[in-house]
Amino acid sequence: MATFGQQVEATIPALRRYARALTRNSDVADDLVQDTLVRALRSEHLFHGGEVRSWLYTILTNLNRNRLRSLARRPTLSPLEENDAPDLAGPEAGWRDIERALATLVEDQRNALLLVVLEGLTYREVAEVQGVPIGTVMSRLARARAQIKNFLEGGRPALRRVK
Amino acid sequence: MIDRDSPVTEEELHAYVDGELPADRRDAIAAWLIGHPEQAFQVAAWRAQAEAIRARYGAVANEPVPGRLKLDRLTQQGGASSGRSWKTLAAAAAVIAFLAGGSAGWMARGATVAAPTSFEAITADALDAYRLYVVEVRHPVEVPGNERVHMTQWLTKRLGYEQRIPDLQPIGLKLVGGRLLPGPTGAAAAFYMYEGASGERFTIYSAPATSPETALRYKAGDRLAAFYWVDDKHAYVVSGPADRDQLEKVAKSVYEQVDKSGARKS
Repeated sequence: MATFGQQVEATIPALRRYARALTRNSDVADDLVQDTLVRALRSEHLFHGGEVRSWLYTILTNLNRNRLRSLARRPTLSPLEENDAPDLAGPEAGWRDIERALATLVEDQRNALLLVVLEGLTYREVAEVQGVPIGTVMSRLARARAQIKNFLEGGRPALRRVK
Repeated sequence: MIDRDSPVTEEELHAYVDGELPADRRDAIAAWLIGHPEQAFQVAAWRAQAEAIRARYGAVANEPVPGRLKLDRLTQQGGASSGRSWKTLAAAAAVIAFLAGGSAGWMARGATVAAPTSFEAITADALDAYRLYVVEVRHPVEVPGNERVHMTQWLTKRLGYEQRIPDLQPIGLKLVGGRLLPGPTGAAAAFYMYEGASGERFTIYSAPATSPETALRYKAGDRLAAFYWVDDKHAYVVSGPADRDQLEKVAKSVYEQVDKSGARKS
């Protein structure tokens, strides 16, 4: 039986992956993971069994929500890179597409989609992380997928030709 | 046995893609899709999305974990709930370099793809204030350092939490004074300036934070650097010339004096 610390440690690579996809910025993502770990280690006494992994995803998801909320109250700092980066060819072009598509999602939908397709959580686990019924998770997933499809089919060419 | 022809809902198609269905129903739907190309196309598109997401981010989990996320570094500061010591905080401090050309502003101002954390926004405000006021010869502060008691009362009232203006005389820094600044989310921020014997200036920026606490972080550019952290829902940014050792000494002294819980416990 792995100790609490070992279970936390084993989850760090997956947390980094989830955070990277959530924030699409490696520094911000690792800040988020670091804060998640600090929080988890300090709150070990609050952890009453169950899956450590799901609990860590819950903490990270909530910290990211706080981050986005406080950002929303501030003027937007628009990324210059958006228009200045050269158009890429090959797999990187697809990367940018999916990054941008994810960026257009409503937060709860993005969380649900990434937890399912990237992190491999079950609907039940995602429901636990998000604190909602499974039906809500399913409708978030459906909306996320419809939005991404819509974005990839419609939004992309216009965006990519700005330059 | 589940009826092959029972209606297939869109919800069920999502569950099919995500491996949430029992085997018999999964097989039934696979067969059903053969006769329903439109839905089959839909399913294929969802799978392609998932694959694109995994192709883009999946490899992150194979990257080596950066030192600051190593558990043994974090356990000392995190495991014990009895206040954080500067030493363990500093050991875990992330070092993130400024982009070249500090005069263009904080890196978040347009240089990175994603928006900064709120915490970084506070730090950006603090560094803007540092740049703006540290060069002032005649009016660097609103309240001079010899009115410490008055300034403490005034800024405590305006910020809504007790101000402890650190005494940095022991490390050779005299309090020049302080001022009130606009803080994040409409709140107020306090800004204190100190000066060393050869005119070098350090500032402390303090404002309410959204997160209860964070790890210690360090950012450095060509000319200036900052240590910043959140403790007990208050953010602190200690800025000064880009000399990590000296700045760390200042930040450590500030940390130990403003950390109320730590002070009580030690």
